[in-house]
Formats: sequence, C-alpha cells, structure tokens
Amino acid sequence: MKLKTIKTRDLVRSLENGGCGECQTSCQSACKTSCGVANQPCENKNDK
Amino acid sequence: MIHQFQCNGYFITLDIFSGSIHLTDDATAEAIRLRETMPQTEAMKALRAHFPNRPDVTTETMLTLFSAIDQLEKEGKLYTRDVFKPYASHLSSACGPLKALCLHVAHTCNLNCSYCFASQGKYQGDNALMSLEVGKRAVDFLVERSGGRTNLEVDFFGGEPLMNWHVVKRLVAYGRSLENTHNKRFRFTLTTNGVLLNEEVTDFCNREMHNVVLSLDGRKEVHDRFRRDHMNRGSYDKIVPKFQEFVKSRGDKNYYIRGTFTHHNTDFSQDLLHMADLGFTELSMEPVVTASDDPCALTEDDLPVLFEQYEFLAAEMLRRTREGRPFTFYHYMLDLERGPCVYKRMSGCGSGTEYLAVSPWGELYPCHQFVGEPAYSMGNIWQGIENATLQDNFRQCNVYSRPACSDCWAKLFCAGGCAANAYHASGNINGVYDYGCRLFRKRIECAIMLQAALTEENE
Repeated sequence: MKLKTIKTRDLVRSLENGGCGECQTSCQSACKTSCGVANQPCENKNDK
Repeated sequence: MIHQFQCNGYFITLDIFSGSIHLTDDATAEAIRLRETMPQTEAMKALRAHFPNRPDVTTETMLTLFSAIDQLEKEGKLYTRDVFKPYASHLSSACGPLKALCLHVAHTCNLNCSYCFASQGKYQGDNALMSLEVGKRAVDFLVERSGGRTNLEVDFFGGEPLMNWHVVKRLVAYGRSLENTHNKRFRFTLTTNGVLLNEEVTDFCNREMHNVVLSLDGRKEVHDRFRRDHMNRGSYDKIVPKFQEFVKSRGDKNYYIRGTFTHHNTDFSQDLLHMADLGFTELSMEPVVTASDDPCALTEDDLPVLFEQYEFLAAEMLRRTREGRPFTFYHYMLDLERGPCVYKRMSGCGSGTEYLAVSPWGELYPCHQFVGEPAYSMGNIWQGIENATLQDNFRQCNVYSRPACSDCWAKLFCAGGCAANAYHASGNINGVYDYGCRLFRKRIECAIMLQAALTEENE
C-alpha cells in the first residue's frame, strides 16, 4: 500500500516565523480577476 | 481535517491545516479516511471489509500502514486541527502598510473588447489619461505610506497603458530616483494588449519591468471573437508576432501570456496549448468575469466541461514536462516548500489596505475591479484615505470573516477569494463568488496533483 509524503512548508510552524509581508500582492502578477495566494513565493529573508 | 481527491489517477490526501500532501493508492486513502474517526482495530476491520480481495491488504501491511499514519499525526502532518482562527482576529491590527498600487494610467483603449470588465477601458466613466503630476504624487503616496516595507509594487494598468507611454517611462524614472534615498525597491509591471508594442517599448520593459502581462486569448478565432479594434478588425495577426519578438528578447525576466476564456471556448485547454505551441512558456488563463445574463458568461452546464479541461491540462503539462518541453500555467504554480506563510493565506490579496488602485484623476479604490464604483471610492492621493470605515471593512475581511468559507478545504489556498468578485456576485465583500470557488477548488486539486507528481518523479 502506497503512502508517500511530499515535502511541504509546515503552515503551523509558519505562525512563528511568517507575516513579514514582503511577498508580492497576488493580483499584481497575472490574474487580475481572481485571488490565489498559494502560488506566491515567500520573500521572508529569515528562516522559514 | 483532511481533503481527499483523485486526479488523473493519483490519490491525494491534503492535510488542510498543516499543508502536508500525501500521495497514496486507493486502499491507503481509505485507511487515512477511516483512521480519522476510528480506533485502529475498527479501522482495520473496515478496511479489510472494503478491500476483501486485495492481496496487498493483509494484517501485516495494515499494521505497518496504520503505524505510519499514526506517526504522521504525531509529526503534525495528518488530522491537524485549525489553530489559525484566533490569529485571524489579529490580522486587522497587524495589517501592514501600503505596498502596491495599480496605476490606471489610461482609461482608454485601442481595442474594443466587448467582454472587458473595465467596459473598454473606461470603467463606466470618461476617457482619461493620468497626468505625470498625478502619477508622481501617487508614487510619493506609496512611498510615504509604505512604512518599513522594502519591496513596493506599481502596476501600469488601463485601459491600455501604452496609450500613455511617455508618462509610464517618466514614472519609472521617478520611482527609481527614490529607491536609494528611501530604502525601497520598486517592482514595476505592465499589462498590455500589445497593439503599440515596438522595439523601444520592448527595450524599456526588458530593462525596467519586473513583469509584463501580455493579453492573448489563444487560438485566432477565439482571440478575434472579442479582441477587436474600433474598426471591428481582429487583433491576433497584429499582436502575436509582436509578442513572439518581445518574449524572445525577454531573457529570463518575468512575463505572462494572459487570456480570458468564456462560454464560447470552454475547451480553453486548446488555447493554452496553442499559446505553448507559439513558443510561449509562461501562461495564464482566467474565467471571464461578467454578468450572468451576458451571452459569454460561463454557465452551470459548462462546469463539468471546465473541470475536465483543467484535469486534462494538468495531465498534458506533466506529459510535456517529461518530454522536456514544459510550460507554466499561473494557477498551477504551487511552491510547496517555499510558498506563502499562513498569515498571507489568511489575509489574501490586501485589497483596500496593502493594495490600492489609483484612477487617472488620483482617486483611490480598494483595487482595480472597484474603480468607477462610487460607493467604493476611498479617498485620493493628496488627502489619503477619507473613508476609514470602508478601509476597516477591507482590513477585517479575511478567510475567517467569510461564513461560506468556514468548511471549505481550499480556504488557505485562496484566502477567501477575490473581494471584488464576492461583491459583484453577492453584494458583499464578505460573501463569495460560488461559481469562481468551484473552479478554484478544481484548479487547486489539479495544481496539487501536478506538483506532487513532479516532486515524486524528481526524487
């Protein structure tokens, strides 16, 4: 039986080290008519 | 909480609140589902009953599997509870300073696209070009209100911004002149229909524009259906060679070929593949946003077709990547390891707070989609925010302020969705645009499938 966990950012842990706000405003990139935030890269210079 | 789905033959479990993604087979997916609510012994019985003839479902393999599932739970990668809600109430006070402006440098357009959400560039108002004076004051306003934020974004938007090109260039120069003295870094972007694209514009964009969004709907007959000039001539033949030249000279700088699909081309994956076959690799395609009585509006009957299209697109992208000719689809870009933190995922696009739109006359709106809506005028670039109540409404708008999002598994991918779409669909920025939500959820499933499949193959 298959069980493979893909490496992902831990969202609970990001409570501690996130929120710097330097990331891009999502609508500025390409959509302009919807809101997807998950495809924005993190620009926090500190440990993620 | 978990969300389980199948896409292109992949069985996937998303642990909603940790963001963990697990690739499984059907039996493991069922085991994870059962174990969420049952003790192990009961879950084993139920799993055996569900797969009575499967040779791989034995007592020994089940014991190993459930042990692994329990370990994942201990590591915070399965059945994670929602611990974020209390933090959402702090978002309004923690809401950052201004960091992005959409400058409407031209409320006029050299195309006459009937489906345009900006009503052919005029936003239900008069034709207008932003003056250099207004533009410079807007840039000053952004710097003044940006606090300690380093990265600032300015998008030149319209209408068609190349119809006010000399102002665009001067505003870029003005912004650059402020960077060192104010410890800021501007990222300029431009959204254009390409009609006025030439060598001089291209060279300037390649030097100065962090990103350029080029509007193309796909196949010639699809593009020319709506994207016609004021003489009613299609624009495909005019702009595609310009876009190809532009992209060839762009190097590794960002660009997107961005299209809109409507009820008339629900087979939109063919338009994306057409773009890829034209040599473009950075692609975006949005569902049309229009009134439900518009003949080009997407319908309920279109949804199953669109779902199938998104799934086909993910499979085709995987195939082309394996063949060494990949392309990017904006909505399938998920940076699983270095994506946004949970604060971003709760607070959304920042419209009305971190992000504002500026009309050609210097009025402030929560975002470009509200420009021209009198009730959403927030103030101006000279006096600043004058409608503080309205800004507070946007400040308090997040994924936990929308009742319809409370049980949605995808809420940390969209942060509650687009406030403008919610307003136009429900009359309230804390509502939702349900049709858009359904498309979004399918896109995210396909995006997760594609990224998980690529990650697995690269390991």
